[in-house]
Amino acid sequence: MFDTLTHRLGGILDRLTRRGALTEADVSEAMREVRRALLEADVALEVVRSFVDRVKERAVGVEVVKSVTPGQMVVKIVHDELVAMLGADAQPISLAAAVPVPILMVGLQGSGKTTSTAKIARRLTTRDRRKVLMASLDTRRPAAMEQLATLGKQTEVATLPIVPGQTALQIARRAMEAGRLGGYDVVLLDTAGRTTLDEALMAEVVEVKKATNPHEVLLVADALTGQDAVTTARAFDQAVGVTGIVLTRVDGDGRGGAALSMRAVTGKPIKLVGVGERFDAVEDFDPARIANRILGM
Amino acid sequence: FTKEKFDAATLDELEDLLIQSDLGLAAAERVTAAVGRARHARQLDGESVRAIVAQEVSKTLAPVAIPLDPPESARPAVILVVGVNGSGKTTTIGKLAETYRTAGMKIVLAAGDTFRAAAVEQLGVWAERAGAIFISKETGADAAALAYEAYAKARAEDADLLIIDTAGRLQNKAGLMAELEKIVRVLKKFDAEAPHASLLVLDATTGQNALGQVEAFGKVAGVTGLVMTKLDGTARGGILVAVAEKYRLPVHFIGVGEGVDDLEPFDADDFARALVGLPRVEKDYSF
Ligand SMILES: Nc1nc2c(ncn2[C@@H]2O[C@H](COP(=O)(O)OP(=O)(O)OP(=O)(O)O)[C@@H](O)[C@H]2O)c(=O)[nH]1
Ligand SMILES: Nc1nc2c(ncn2[C@@H]2O[C@H](COP(=O)(O)OP(=O)(O)OP(=O)(O)O)[C@@H](O)[C@H]2O)c(=O)[nH]1
Ligand SMILES: [K+]
Ligand SMILES: [Mg+2]
Ligand SMILES: [Mg+2]
Repeated sequence: MFDTLTHRLGGILDRLTRRGALTEADVSEAMREVRRALLEADVALEVVRSFVDRVKERAVGVEVVKSVTPGQMVVKIVHDELVAMLGADAQPISLAAAVPVPILMVGLQGSGKTTSTAKIARRLTTRDRRKVLMASLDTRRPAAMEQLATLGKQTEVATLPIVPGQTALQIARRAMEAGRLGGYDVVLLDTAGRTTLDEALMAEVVEVKKATNPHEVLLVADALTGQDAVTTARAFDQAVGVTGIVLTRVDGDGRGGAALSMRAVTGKPIKLVGVGERFDAVEDFDPARIANRILGM
Repeated sequence: FTKEKFDAATLDELEDLLIQSDLGLAAAERVTAAVGRARHARQLDGESVRAIVAQEVSKTLAPVAIPLDPPESARPAVILVVGVNGSGKTTTIGKLAETYRTAGMKIVLAAGDTFRAAAVEQLGVWAERAGAIFISKETGADAAALAYEAYAKARAEDADLLIIDTAGRLQNKAGLMAELEKIVRVLKKFDAEAPHASLLVLDATTGQNALGQVEAFGKVAGVTGLVMTKLDGTARGGILVAVAEKYRLPVHFIGVGEGVDDLEPFDADDFARALVGLPRVEKDYSF
């Protein structure tokens, strides 16, 4: 996902390390190139700006000036700031709450919520030995409920029976009730896709959140997203208090800027990445490893 | 922008605005430079500056704003719909079916996504909404075989239009892309001109990756035109400007919602104004 960025940053920083002493102009020039590289990797402009500012501020400081290998110092600063931006440790989905633990999946249309719901359910079932129930609250998209039911059969995870005519809120309540009565450990609530400008739909998901008090609210987002990543992440976070991000389509050749942007503006960890369409195509997100990879370390 | 002079700082702000709309650096710089050259001596307020940018963007887009008219001579005319996962292919097909049915055409929809869970059922609902004949096979079936059957059926029914859905696929997956090529090959056995249109559906939230999508789908599926979906959200779809500059492919429609009527012809002016955050100019078509 981050290959292009790795390549570009690697080149810029290599040139810097080959220099002996660094002037402020050298650093500025390198930072202009870093800015370009990040923007071309779809990192949101405001995130790029604050990143470059932070690096610059440190890079013209004493630690670099006094260093015998100033170029390497700058590389280290870029690396540190990248890690800080991505978050230091991998953060798995938390189940530390009273059973059944509700997990709410939210996001834009087509971002991969339903598929990710099935992936998570499957993982919690087989790897963590939890009894999981999935419910589709998507009353809008044609055959959305059938999609989740089919995925339930494929993954051998229970799905809440479909009752036509119910609202998302009614389904959410029924799911939690079924979760309690059925002795489930986790109830995964898949929701309809929504744009954050759709006030009625945003209000709906807020209601669902109030009624179910989810332990995790996972924002499912497409790794191919461009500059809109910040707007979307911020709006969902403000409305429903996102606890983590699931980044999908990381198997594509997108440049991964959305990951950096969303993490930066919400401060919420990327918990999982989707790496394919099948229900086993999901991986943990390890920020330190990713930062190292971006810088080719 | 406030009422400051149209100076270098204003141009920087402009470039930022364009970058934030996903134009990409190169296109943002080009547009900004063009606006800079056209700078006026008088003082301009923010809205006027935006209007100038919109005009500049519109100049790039106007030549690609081309309606999609399926050839009447082909029976059926075939539209193949392709794109990455979740971009809005199936929904767009539902809307297209409605559009062309309203224009009096007899339509067949083919559920060529034989992979994703309930993709067939999803298109089935749209076929019903739009009053189209629906052809499907079971999930897991060969998509090219389905395309073959659908064409035969559409011809037997003397349909005007056959629209074929395909499974979403990322353009870096060679195996899945080869499958698309096979669908195209099968169609050409019936009619060397088919598919008469090969539509790439782009999601407005997509960033620079859209360029790679156009390139790759263009190669394997002979993309003839674009549809951009989800412009009812906060994303402005500026990558379309970079795509238009580089590939000059027609842009036929935009998607502005999930309903059957939420498809609009692509209008360069409207798009460009929305891109820079200006309201639409109501056009008066009456005389
Ligand atoms: N390649 C790839 N495709 C994915 C991944 N996650 C989901 N998809 C595909 O993306 C498309 C949309 O996925 P869905 O799970 O239906 O998305 P959604 O967010 O539930 O969509 P709505 O409910 O319509 O908003 C499907 O074709 C999935 O197979 C991923 O990690 N990689
Ligand atoms: N807001 C909005 N949503 C849209 C638009 N077009 C499609 N969608 C939604 O986007 C989601 C994905 O649409 P689909 O038509 O299933 O996308 P697809 O490309 O067929 O997806 P796959 O077949 O899984 O690759 C659905 O929830 C649609 O309702 C649009 O113009 N605006
Ligand atoms: K998307
Ligand atoms: Mg869904
Ligand atoms: Mg589809």
